Order: sequence, then structure tokens, then C-alpha cells
Amino acid sequence: MKIEILRDDKFVSYELQADNKTTIQSSLINIKSKQDNTLTFRCGCKSGVCGSCAVRVNGIEKLACKTIIQDGDKIEPLKNSKVIRDLVTELENEGRTLKASKAFLKELSGKSISKEDEKIIDIQSNCILCHSCYSSCPIFEVNENFLGPFALTRVLRYVNDKKENNIKDKIDAIQTNGVWDCTLCGNCTMVCPEHIDPKTDIMNLRNKSAQFGYSDPNMAAFDSGMDFGFNPNSF
Amino acid sequence: MIDVLVVGSGAAGLTCALNVKNSGKSIKILSKTYPTHSQTTQAQGGMNAVIDEEIDTIDHHIEDTLKSSHEIGELDSIRRLCTQAKQCVEWLDNIGVPFSRDEQGGIAQRKLGGAKYARACYSSDYTGLKILHTLYDNCLKEDIEFLNEHMMLNIIVENKKAIGVTALNIVTGEVIEILAKSIVLATGGYAGIYNNFTTNSYASTGDGIAAALRAGAKLKNMEFVQFHPTALKDSNILISESARGEGGYLVDSNGERFVDELKPRDEVARAIYEKMQSGEDVFLDVRHLGLEKIQELMPQERELAMQFCGVKMEEELIPINPAAHYSMGGIQTDKDCGTNLRSLYACGECADNGVHGANRLGGNSLLELIVFGKAAAKSAIANADMINDIYKPNTKQFLNDTNFIKAVYHFTNQIDFYEKKEFMGKIFYKNIGLFRTDLNIKAVLSQIRQWQKEFTFMGIGDKSKEYNRNLADFIEFGNMLELSEVIAVSAISRCESRGAHFRLDHPFEVESYRKNTIAWKEDGTLVVDFYELESSNEN
Repeated sequence: MKIEILRDDKFVSYELQADNKTTIQSSLINIKSKQDNTLTFRCGCKSGVCGSCAVRVNGIEKLACKTIIQDGDKIEPLKNSKVIRDLVTELENEGRTLKASKAFLKELSGKSISKEDEKIIDIQSNCILCHSCYSSCPIFEVNENFLGPFALTRVLRYVNDKKENNIKDKIDAIQTNGVWDCTLCGNCTMVCPEHIDPKTDIMNLRNKSAQFGYSDPNMAAFDSGMDFGFNPNSF
Repeated sequence: MIDVLVVGSGAAGLTCALNVKNSGKSIKILSKTYPTHSQTTQAQGGMNAVIDEEIDTIDHHIEDTLKSSHEIGELDSIRRLCTQAKQCVEWLDNIGVPFSRDEQGGIAQRKLGGAKYARACYSSDYTGLKILHTLYDNCLKEDIEFLNEHMMLNIIVENKKAIGVTALNIVTGEVIEILAKSIVLATGGYAGIYNNFTTNSYASTGDGIAAALRAGAKLKNMEFVQFHPTALKDSNILISESARGEGGYLVDSNGERFVDELKPRDEVARAIYEKMQSGEDVFLDVRHLGLEKIQELMPQERELAMQFCGVKMEEELIPINPAAHYSMGGIQTDKDCGTNLRSLYACGECADNGVHGANRLGGNSLLELIVFGKAAAKSAIANADMINDIYKPNTKQFLNDTNFIKAVYHFTNQIDFYEKKEFMGKIFYKNIGLFRTDLNIKAVLSQIRQWQKEFTFMGIGDKSKEYNRNLADFIEFGNMLELSEVIAVSAISRCESRGAHFRLDHPFEVESYRKNTIAWKEDGTLVVDFYELESSNEN
């Protein structure tokens, strides 16, 4: 079969043998070791849990280790991050966004945790930080400082954690370049390999923000735009 | 110059780093990947700790661990492991790890193989992932500095004291040196040598252990590599022991059970391998647990079986085979993580402090990472306090390694090392796997020594400086060649069967081998000898 890989802004074709069990990752390894030592990509656990191998396949974010290769596949690096080489992109934004959004347990509440409490944060804490959601998000084209889906999902994971005593600190941290910048397009939810739903998580964070007295700044701008330049009550 | 340098960013490294940071000491973490790409993410089943002493006891945990070690576990280390277990689970719980709860709101526990009671604390079957990510979140909170995608090359040693490390910045291609008062290795295991026959990440190539050996550190019990009984057939994706812990069966082609599923891993893995050698297929059967229980307790395993085998585990049998999973051996350390080199410490899978002996108990690996990550921090801090020297940069090691990396670009590259790496995995699985003989191990050894001679005729096809993964792979292969020789020589030397090391030509445990296999380089020559256990083991 023939596949194409985006390298240095050009698609390069490779011929390889594959069957219906061959993953994209094993194909990349095969090409690197047998055809072209220079092909560059990240890989790790080969079982979909280390999050290192996410790429775009025919325009959609996928984990290379869990995706079966198909004839004609076009493989590209993730978007919204600088390409270092071939399929390897910079990941330094990860630490920056997670820190800025304060996605960690700040102050232990000491409350007891029930089975149900733990279940509330179960799905969100399955995130493997593969950056697929980040790549699929259209906001970065207009705002490169957006905190992004995985950071916000992680904030909700700690906001909903009964162990956390200081929710406000997190809610405060996600007002600028955070929950209100999202267009709720749902791309992130579509591409998440762990079936996490960042879009709904962000909507939930908006509700939590409202409980802390915040409102949608876009709506506020709209309100102030209703100034007709005259006072209807004073003739 | 910093106080403590931690090499490796799995759970052991991050635990150590957080504890060092809390003491106010300066610290950096050097990691060849990104923290959350570490092997720790793959631990599924749980972390042992006796929480409620009314049913289970710490003594039971010690006994189970010692028994599983086939009498070459070190009691001092095991005692530390088991007595600090509860406090470590509570620490993790308090920094945010979402441990699954039981009906009463306590931390839920499941029974794993070789344990008398249910004592593995877990987060569904994502235990390692959730522990690692929570530790990472805490490191970001504490502003710990990471040097990601930096591959350690060598440990800088002066006067039998470690003073720093050299590393290749994979992104830029530059070699750097980092000097530190204390160096903690938390670089992971070496089961990656089994290549296509391991559940491990591609990154588990034993780099830290190989660097320690070159630096003059002693390695211990390197012949003991644990095979996990249940990896998905061919793809070798791990299906956690929790599947059997929760009541799953192992069945042969006729649907008959043939082994007690909750025996220690070495015995179960050998029973499966023997079935396979006789031409039968072996399956894991969890159908009787029902969909609801499967979805609650092993959602990841269900997904993996579906993705990689196309099997719905609530309806179908899961085809499995054993695969190399965990390296018991490693850098010889005491219970405080000290090595035979001053200022050099090791913890996690790269270290052998004696808690696992000849066979690791399921649920003890995650525990070890936390208990000894903390112990390593304590030792590294105390050591840093005693050092007043300022080390001079531009060490001889740094110049050597800079030159070596330059030289690799000019190696002839006539022999394809990727092909050799794949072949090495195959011959290791067949000959230094579940069943071994003197003749077979020696055949592997002669092949390894041949490759060592040919190393400079191998090389890299990729000549670029930036993000040269080909170069990184080649350095890893060099480390694997170094360690595979140690494993083979250790396996030949131990003329008995004990735990994970089963010799068909010496099928019984021999009392005179109730010792540690110690390997080191004497003036560049590999030597292996046996030494008495360090602790008396009179429980």
C-alpha cells in the first residue's frame, strides 16, 4: 500500500506492506528502520495510554498506536504547535497552560470521598495529554493564548473534586483566555481517544463561573453596544 | 550548581523531585521523554497497602512479598516498603490521586496474585496513569524545572563520587553537562530489550542502568525479568492482573482451566508458555463477570481488547500470551537508595534494593516507586547538605561524550542496528525468557559480543543535528547491548531455578545460590559474582 507523510511542508510517499492489523505506529517504525532513517515521530507505550504518538490522519487527530493503517492515508503532525521535525511538534505549551489554569489540588478540604464523588471526576482524570484536542481546536488560530480543551477539562476535574477547598482560585484563573473563548464547536470531543468531552466540561465550567459571579464577557460587550446615544427617559 | 538532579520523570522521579523541592533544595528533572509519556502510565492493577489492620496486616504483606521473592528479597527494604505503604497511599490521596472508593467511602482494594488479602488500592484500571498525572500536576504547581527530551549519556564521576551527568538535548542535538551535589537515577527498567515480546514502552531501554555500570556502579540480579502472564496475543498489550484478581479464568483451547490464576506471576506465565509450546492457544475468560462489572473495574482493558484484538471481552475469550514485563534486577542499592558510588542514588525500576528478589508481587511496583522515591529524596538532601565543593564545568566526561556524539555521525553504518535490535528481542524471548538453558544463553551471549565488536560498523543514516531520533535510538541500542551482556552472563552464572529465572538444565532451587548476583566492570571487563544477602531475613 501507499501512504503519504507530511515532511517539511511536502507530502512524501512511502510504499509498505500492511495487513488489517498493522497500526500507523508500526508502519512508521517500519519505514524508519527499513526505508528512511530520517523519518521522525514520537512513540512510546504502543497501548494508547502514554499520549506521545498523536498525529493527524486524513485531517483527523488519532493515536498512531491505536489506528489501523489504510491505503492512501495522509499523515500529518498535530496543528497549533510549532513543528520541530516531521511529525514531532513542540509540547512546551502543555506546562504553560496547565500552570496558568491552576489545574492542580490547591488546598485539601479533608472531606470524606464517596464512591459517587470519585466517579464524578473519573472520566476527566483519564486524560493522557496527547494534545489531540489542542490540535483540533479552531480558537488557537485567533487566540494563541487560549488555555485549550485539555487544560480546562483538567480544571473541571479539580473543581469537581471534593478534596479541593479552593475552587475560586481555579475559576478566577480560567476567565481570561479560558472558558468564554471557546465556541463550543465540539471538535475536541470528537477527537479525544479517551472519550472525554471537553466541550461539555467547558460548559460546566461556565455554569460554575456564573455561580462565582462571572458572566460571559462577550454578552457584556453586546449589552454595552445597546447604547443608542440618547436617553429615552429624558425628553 | 544545583543540589539535586533527578534523572527520569516517571512516578519515582516525580515523587523524589516533589520531596526534594519541599525541603527547599534546588532541583531539576532530566527526562528523555515528557513526564506523562513514562512507563508508569501503563501500570493498571493497583498499589499494595494494608489500610485496615483488622483484616490484613503489614506482616502478611511482608510475608507475601518475601515469599514471592523466592527468599532472595532483602528484609530491610521489604519492611520499609510494607510499613510505609499506607502512609504513601494517603499522601497520594491527599495530593489528588482519585483512588476508587468502596461502599463505605474507604479506598477500595482488590486482590492480586500472590496476596493473602485484597490490598491493592486502585483507580479503575488506570492506576499508574492517574498517579503519574497527579504527580505531574503537583510538580507544575511547585514550579519544578523539567529538561524534557534530554537523554542522559553518562554519569560524571570524579574520585568515586558522582558530580553530574552528561546528556544529549534531543531537540537541539547539543551535548550538555549538568553538575549537581546529588544525583538520583529513576530511569526505569530494561524489559524493552525483549523488543516485540514485551508489554513495555519503546523507551524502557535501561539507559540509566547502563550508564551506572559504565560509571562504576554495581548491578544486582539482572537475570530476573518478570513475564506477565496475560498480554494480548501478538500485540503484547498488557491486560492487567486485575482481570484475574476480579475473578477471570485462564483456559486452554478446550475451554479447560489449567492453573490457579492467582499464583505468583512466574508460575502462571510458565504454565501458559508450556501450554503454548504444546501447540495450544491460551485465553483469558472474563465473560462470567458481566458487562457492568467489566465496565466499572476494567474499562481500559475492555477497550484494549476491542481495539487490538477485536474482542468483546464480555462475550468472547481473549487470546493471550506471556510477555516480558518488569525487570527485577537493576542498580544495587541499599534501603536508603544509596549505590556504591558516593552522591549517586537510584530508585524505581532501575534500582534493585531487594524488594522484589527473584519475582515481583503484583501491586508492589507502583508502591516501590513512591516509597523509594521519597527515600531517595531524603538521602539526596542529606548528601547535598554535606557537600561544600563547587564542581568545575567542562569535565573530561563532557568532552569525551561531545566527541563521541560527533564521531557517531561518521560511523560506517554498514550494519543495520534496527534489524539487530529486533533480532535481539526475539532471541532473548526464546532463550533468556521463561525457560533457559546454559547452551541457549551462551549462544545469545556470543551473538551479543559479536554485535558489541561491530558497534562502530553500525551507525546512523540520519545525519541531521536537530531532533535526530535515529541517533537517540542508536544510543539506546548501545545501552541495550551493554545490559544484555550482563543479563546473559548473570543467567549463565546462576545454575539453579528461582522465581523468574527458570533453568531447564537446573530445574530446582539450590540453597547455595540463595544469594545476590552482583555484576560490575573491573577495568572495563564485566565480572559477575555471588554475594550473601545484605539483611539477615529473620522475620
